[in-house]
Amino acid sequence: MLRYLLKRLILMVPMLLGITLISFAVIHLAPGEPDVVGAEMNPKVTKQMREQIRSLYGLDKPLYTQYYMWLKRFVKLDFGTSFTPDRRPVIDKIKERLPITISINFLSMILIFFIGIPIGVYCARYKDSIMDKAFTTFVFAGYAMPYFWLALLLMMFFGVYLEFLPISGLKSFNYDELSAAGKILDILKHLILPVCVSAFGGLAGISRYMKNGLLEVLRQEYITTAYAKGLPEGMVLKKHALRNALLPVITILGFSVPGLIGGSVIFETIFAIPGMGQLFYMSVMSRDYPTIMGILVIGAFLTLLGNLLADLFYAIADPRIRIG
Amino acid sequence: MTLRKAFVLLILLLFLVACGPKKEQGFYDDPGKPAYGDTMITASIGEASCLIPILASDSASHEIAGYVYNGLVKLDKNLNIVGDLAESWDISKDNLTFTFHLKKGVKWHDGKPFTAHDVMYTYKVIIDPKTPTPYSSDFREVKEAKVIDDYTFQVTYNKPFAPSLISWGTSILPKHLLEGKDITKSPLIRKPVGTGPYVFKEWISGDRVVLIANDAYFEGKPFIARHVIKVIPDSATMFLELKNSAIDSMSLTPLQFTKQTNYPAFKREFNRFQYPSFTYVYFGYNLKHQFFKDKRVRQAISHAINKQEIIDGILLGQGIEATGPYKPDMWVYNKNVKKYEYSKEKALALLKEAGFEKGSDGTLSRGGKPLEFTILVNQGNDVRIRCAELIQQRFKDIGISVKIRVVEWASFINEFIDKRNFEAVILGWTISRSDPDIYDVWHSSKQGSKELNFMSFENKEVDDLLVKARHTFDKNERKRYYDRIQEILAEEQPYTFLFIPYANLAIHKRFKGIEPAPAGISYNIFTWYVPEEQRRYKSNVAISP
Repeated sequence: MLRYLLKRLILMVPMLLGITLISFAVIHLAPGEPDVVGAEMNPKVTKQMREQIRSLYGLDKPLYTQYYMWLKRFVKLDFGTSFTPDRRPVIDKIKERLPITISINFLSMILIFFIGIPIGVYCARYKDSIMDKAFTTFVFAGYAMPYFWLALLLMMFFGVYLEFLPISGLKSFNYDELSAAGKILDILKHLILPVCVSAFGGLAGISRYMKNGLLEVLRQEYITTAYAKGLPEGMVLKKHALRNALLPVITILGFSVPGLIGGSVIFETIFAIPGMGQLFYMSVMSRDYPTIMGILVIGAFLTLLGNLLADLFYAIADPRIRIG
Repeated sequence: MTLRKAFVLLILLLFLVACGPKKEQGFYDDPGKPAYGDTMITASIGEASCLIPILASDSASHEIAGYVYNGLVKLDKNLNIVGDLAESWDISKDNLTFTFHLKKGVKWHDGKPFTAHDVMYTYKVIIDPKTPTPYSSDFREVKEAKVIDDYTFQVTYNKPFAPSLISWGTSILPKHLLEGKDITKSPLIRKPVGTGPYVFKEWISGDRVVLIANDAYFEGKPFIARHVIKVIPDSATMFLELKNSAIDSMSLTPLQFTKQTNYPAFKREFNRFQYPSFTYVYFGYNLKHQFFKDKRVRQAISHAINKQEIIDGILLGQGIEATGPYKPDMWVYNKNVKKYEYSKEKALALLKEAGFEKGSDGTLSRGGKPLEFTILVNQGNDVRIRCAELIQQRFKDIGISVKIRVVEWASFINEFIDKRNFEAVILGWTISRSDPDIYDVWHSSKQGSKELNFMSFENKEVDDLLVKARHTFDKNERKRYYDRIQEILAEEQPYTFLFIPYANLAIHKRFKGIEPAPAGISYNIFTWYVPEEQRRYKSNVAISP
């Protein structure tokens, strides 16, 4: 097991390098220059000044030199400084945003599990019932519905029409003037819509996984034996079936990481949440290459780590899978 | 049972959060008395990148910096140059030397006095090749700059240069905090210290910037105690926030202005303002194209485009026809230029004169070549795309066949405009508020790669007039030059000037003292106020520089 883990960790290095190379090439192939070079079509910005700024930022060097310079810094775990004129270290920018994105994704993950698993269990237990079909329709609607559309609908309804919930951001403007309880409630109010929107899309995966897993388990002989022993249905489900059916569901956690980061770009932009998704969107828009690379590398690392954890969980959950 | 409990809990939670304060209604029509206090919340699509304005090229940064810093001069409501940090200035007889007499008693937000040494530092740092600023061109014209005394600053130019005076409207930076340090690593990038009406308080990345009124501002403390600039990257969300009264001001699209905010509940809470914006949209030609070399073809096309139809149908009436590169309420505008009314007959007559004949299928052609071309438009700008579609229809009516190509902005500029790889294009220019100089767009020397005369316009008389106009200080003389330039452009039609859209703004009714003028509405934002009884936010914020 330890050998396997080490092998996987070592293999991650060339994979990560490959990802950085492709990412670097792709983001530099996209037309347009970093905003810092000066707004395009601005009469105040002369060609000579543009060249001077390009050279100050090393953009006049060939692409392979730029990549080599980036890589040299990266091996020392230095993500460089952002191309935005504030010239902040990329890692600082990511550090202040990552916790927000992770917290929201964590909350929505909890919501997905707490709603998705009972739906899956219910649908397996009452397979082909009207409620099963209704739940299936509900979760697939969430899966198929574009995030931004659902978000705008909910914002209109709960925010503008009912004046029930705040529409954007994480804190109100008068946050500093609120009491301690008021502050908690304020953040909670701001989190309801983004967390619900991001969770809605994820329900289909978990509930389907749960339903099929449970149906599979319910077909096993030991379940028949349990029934034959006269155990009540609830006990059979809770004690025998559910526990076994749940194990593979846990591994989905690992595979969910890339999707979560991708989804954050959309809902953080719509809900104006200062997380990593919003930072990524803005960095792409302003062609802030070091920040884009920093976010991509961290995203890729988390994805690889997630996949590794998923594989390990598989092995732990199912002793029939042998690793080594 | 557990599911049911969770559901009940969720409903309870929703009711709990709904028990927030209700929005107050009505009573905003009372003008009240000026009072200090309240907060103004505005939103920006993009986040500021740097609060040292000479280093930033984005509008969000400049907007915030505009509250924190002052220049030596500024524009008044009628776009005249007036003193800001400069009390007055003298211009030598040869128009080469400017002597600025600075205001005394002005203090930086950290309490240190402002002097001519700060102006000198700002000048030096802008022209320093190590400073990554895109704005040094106007200052490179300076031959010599010197500090005469603490409150007198003098610059001498190589040759008279009309836009030079307003270039001193650039934000003056504090020497005592920046000199001897690398400006690109200065903490002032995120915590600016200026002389302006608002003092920087905090910047929460990706979320908001908070400014508070400067008690010691040399023109008097601003009435609005706090200004919050929130980042909302999605314009639909921003509009919902406006409707929700969570932000106090926003510029509206024509559809939002005419339909989506035109109901009593909105009007009860918001005032809406409208004035010609500082942009114009044009249909530009690649003048190297075999058809567009001929002035008559361009004139014919101008007759074939129904500008009013575009304004009524696409802008929903929210704009005016453009006849040249200036807007009608500017001193430099020439209203007596040749105009091209919509007329199929005139268009066809001109095309016939240019040698085009209608074929049996109704298409126009010359020497066997049909009159067809592609209009290039940038993605994401619905107004321009729909303009292209309407123009395509009108051209079809007279036998001109056009295709429309929609391209993403960065490719649009890099692959098509910069490489002159286009036939016709729909684009817009921002009109300068500060100076009418249009040298970079129209002078024949500006045809190089990444330069702005990308349609390759060449006219000796215009070249000559542009140079004379930018080196003349006499306003009347300059006007004569620009009048003539506008006449030539109207005759030559290197662009078909389409329209000037209106700037449509919604501002919460509790803000009083707003007076629309040629400069827009925000020129006097520091004198806006909220009557005490109409306040929305507490404003007991202490000023801590």
